[in-house]
Amino acid sequence: MSGVRVLVGTRKGAFILTSDGKRERWDVNGPHFGGWEMYHLKASPADPNRLYASQTSGWFGQIMQRSNDGGKTWEAVGNKFVYDGVPGTHQWYDGTPHPWEFKRVWHLEPSLTDPDTVYAGVEDAAMFRTTDGGQTWHELKGLREHGSGKHWAPGAGGLGLHTILIDPTNPQRIFIAISAAGAFRTDDGGTTWRPINKGLVSAQIPNPTAEVGHCVHRIALHKSRPDTLFMQKHWDVMRTDNGGDEWREVSGNLPTDFGFVIDVHAHEPDTIFVVPIKSDSEHYPPDGKLRVYRSRTGGNDGNDWEALTKGLPQSNCYVNVLRDAMAVDALDRCGIYFGTTGGQVYASADGGDTWNAIVRDLPAVLSVEVQTTP
Amino acid sequence: MIRVVLPQHLRTLARVDGEVLIEVEGLATQRAILDALEARYPVLLGTIRDHGTLKRRPFLRFFVCEEDWSHEAPDAPLPDAIVNGLEPFLVIGAMAGG
Repeated sequence: MSGVRVLVGTRKGAFILTSDGKRERWDVNGPHFGGWEMYHLKASPADPNRLYASQTSGWFGQIMQRSNDGGKTWEAVGNKFVYDGVPGTHQWYDGTPHPWEFKRVWHLEPSLTDPDTVYAGVEDAAMFRTTDGGQTWHELKGLREHGSGKHWAPGAGGLGLHTILIDPTNPQRIFIAISAAGAFRTDDGGTTWRPINKGLVSAQIPNPTAEVGHCVHRIALHKSRPDTLFMQKHWDVMRTDNGGDEWREVSGNLPTDFGFVIDVHAHEPDTIFVVPIKSDSEHYPPDGKLRVYRSRTGGNDGNDWEALTKGLPQSNCYVNVLRDAMAVDALDRCGIYFGTTGGQVYASADGGDTWNAIVRDLPAVLSVEVQTTP
Repeated sequence: MIRVVLPQHLRTLARVDGEVLIEVEGLATQRAILDALEARYPVLLGTIRDHGTLKRRPFLRFFVCEEDWSHEAPDAPLPDAIVNGLEPFLVIGAMAGG
């Protein structure tokens, strides 16, 4: 019977949750790397037992970990992330120039076909790639040097490159997003990049429709339709149907269009999920009610966002759900998973209709990824 | 042999228990100790000193014979008590919670 393996990164270690296809009973394994911030763990689609993990610490810096046995054992691999050339400056919070400094790896995106190739999104924002299983990392400097880098500014969490989406039909096309610079696309495997932010409106920057400067929180796509992207921005839920050339707002009847996560149903490319958060300073659900919202039209209807509440706390809930902390499995009845800053990981085995906490007292959850195992 | 005491997380990373014994050729300095330590345990590269600049990471400190040597020149000779192993060279994580 198929099963699932959920990879959870937290502020104080990593956890691996496993279940069979029913997703009723869960084994919790961890903490791995206890005491370290585990920003992200992700498996290679080409080799499900090959996992990569970003392990970081304010004291000891960046460590990269690799597993060849599905997370039972780990080995440290290369942790040298050096910008290619003189990195120059980006903007600081007050608009003054600030030198580019590597801080940590936020997101790992393994190649769809080669277990030894992985992309890494880092803070201060840049894209790195390994082609030797993580032993060495090299910057794809065309992104940082494409011309607008000196105008990028950090979001509250830092100037992080947090989203990497590889077009499954064309691996030369990759979408990325940076807080707070915006979304970018390469069509030549990472050599050259261009901003894809037309249609975004952000009142927090001097020119609300500027080419860069938008605080994009997350982008998601469905593998069958890679020209359609869904975005949770600082404020606003957005959609494009032409690979980011133009975006339009699809926030519709959401109770608030602020939030961090967004994801797409595994089998229904127009069914999308968000978790509305009250505001940019009140990082908790409105009215103390933790609600996932689902649209079955990819937001096109405008008013079909429905609150999914069964099994989720509907009073006195003041947790956040961070940008990398939602994922879906690929079982026949699509499972949806998300983790909270309160340490709960919630799962739905029925497309979002009902939810259960599969573990509830972890450290604050930074990231959630799911593997569907044979 | 020079005795080096690492913070718990770095001991775990390097897969060592207790103190680490390091042999340093030539003058015993902080740089020489850290060079030898990183050569023996490459997994520690970048965790004590920055990869590019080799500067001490800001939340780490180096203690020598009950004195803070964090801001001493990396090539300054260490006291005999460190050289002959009477006292350990301490790598300490700054007292910052989190």
